[in-house]
Amino acid sequence: MNLHAETRDGALIVQMGERRLDAAIAIRFKDRMREILSDPAPQVILDLSAVDFLDSSGLGAIVAVMKSLPGGCQLELAGLTPNVDKVFRLTRMDSVFVIHPGRAGIGLLDAG
Amino acid sequence: MRGEAVQRLPAPDHGPSPEGTQIFLHRFQAHPLTVRRALKAASARFRGQISAQEAGTLELVLAEVMNNIVEHSYGRAGRGCITLSILREVRGLSCLVCDEGTPLPPVCLEPPRLPNIDCVLADLPEGGFGWYLIRDLTLDLAYRREEGHNLLAFRLPLQAG
Repeated sequence: MNLHAETRDGALIVQMGERRLDAAIAIRFKDRMREILSDPAPQVILDLSAVDFLDSSGLGAIVAVMKSLPGGCQLELAGLTPNVDKVFRLTRMDSVFVIHPGRAGIGLLDAG
Repeated sequence: MRGEAVQRLPAPDHGPSPEGTQIFLHRFQAHPLTVRRALKAASARFRGQISAQEAGTLELVLAEVMNNIVEHSYGRAGRGCITLSILREVRGLSCLVCDEGTPLPPVCLEPPRLPNIDCVLADLPEGGFGWYLIRDLTLDLAYRREEGHNLLAFRLPLQAG
């Protein structure tokens, strides 16, 4: 599981390095994210710009990660590719997450 | 694939493609990783015949159908075969997915309903989206249980070529 985390201007940016977030790796993704997020940060941005395929299992894993964050912390998303964006729109999950239009860390944190 | 121009082959009603590139058949042992390989093979077969957006929808729908088979139809048995066949025709991609697992619960064939997301964070659903996506993105979905087999057929519409 290729997940890279770094702190930038107080925000924890997690870069998903896998091209697919699907049923085959959803559980490992959840476990790794929980490890990374065991050290709480006020703002967590998951950058999905490398992901060109997301299915409902991957979506469920992202929701589970958000639910596992301590109170007051939100999981924000960035870098949604067209196939990934479509799954969020069709399931209306785009209304649940803060979704940044570009990639995390590129002109993004200035806005917030 | 993304963003590239699509060069369409002659539509099927203009005559058969000599290489049979409009036909795809794949039979494999059900497992999340073999599902990935089947999706890759199906995408490769129809590359250049359908748009990048249509390829993305095909991959998503097939992933939902086949991962449901791995997880639920064969969930208890732990193993079994999936047969996937796809035919590109004038009205779209006609897909047939066959397995020998437990019968599909009738609830899957009821009108699609999106899980309720108008709730507090802790109650957000983590599942239940798969069948909604399948129903939302396909046409003419049909199911038949025959001699211990689940036969699920559906069509993915294509833009007029």
